[in-house]
Amino acid sequence: MSVAPLLTAAVTAPSQTRLSKDKLASSVLTALLGLVLVYAAGFAESAILHNAAHDGRHSASFPCH
Amino acid sequence: MPNLANARQMLVAALWAGLWAGLFLTAIQRFQVLPLIQQAELYEVQATAIPSHTPAEHAVPHQAEETAWQPQEGWERTAYTAVANISLAVGFALLLAAAGNLRGGLGGWRKGLAWGLAGYVAFFVAPSLGLPPELPGTQAALLKDRQFWWVLTVADTALGLWLLAFAKTSTNKLFGLVLLVSSHLLGAPQPEFHDSAAPAELARRFIIATTIANALFWLVLGGLIGRFFAPHTDNKPV
Repeated sequence: MSVAPLLTAAVTAPSQTRLSKDKLASSVLTALLGLVLVYAAGFAESAILHNAAHDGRHSASFPCH
Repeated sequence: MPNLANARQMLVAALWAGLWAGLFLTAIQRFQVLPLIQQAELYEVQATAIPSHTPAEHAVPHQAEETAWQPQEGWERTAYTAVANISLAVGFALLLAAAGNLRGGLGGWRKGLAWGLAGYVAFFVAPSLGLPPELPGTQAALLKDRQFWWVLTVADTALGLWLLAFAKTSTNKLFGLVLLVSSHLLGAPQPEFHDSAAPAELARRFIIATTIANALFWLVLGGLIGRFFAPHTDNKPV
């Protein structure tokens, strides 16, 4: 069994800890963008958006009408 | 400061996964779900031609939808449904990637299937238990109330599943279990009286059709985003 993975883990551990805050921030940013898209397709009140997405909303079981 | 390279990786993966999964969903809907919606609309038109006992406040928003622009029947309607499905699928893929990112990536297509299954339970199964998929022309509680309950149920279920899967203490796992059932104990908003323009048999077929379509969609979406966004556990090029 090679010790290389263990060494790599030991060397990269501090930077991974430091990265975790950045990772959290990028996850939050990505999730917000995801929520905007889900909102536009599933919830937006605009009659035009509603009519365009109507069949998708009914099919995905979003509350509609 | 967000890690922009990491965010960009998620965005690209979600765009691809959402595009293919959204098109896949549209193809299933075209043959299995949309014919049922169109049949229900015929019943709805017939029902509105006859004076109805529908309360006025429920009838108003629907009139506004009908006077606004609507896609033409045929390919235009299907095309807009595809755009909406892709938007929804990319949004869901971004949420899966954001959650998986906190666990070091989604870890390949097999693990992606499990993430997809969790998404299906949180975004479709759990809200459908209280508010089953409805055909057009079905009497329902106020839209705002139903949307609030839907969001609450999805959030509770997603957090509950996360705690059950990843929490280290049994207290937190138990809390996850409580979250899974809490909004169902509260109960979904129901209309004063249940009424539907379409026959009950059509409504039943619609529930079965959407349950199958969404299951397949979420598995494909999970598998694809798992494959496209597995950066930390799998260094092989995508």
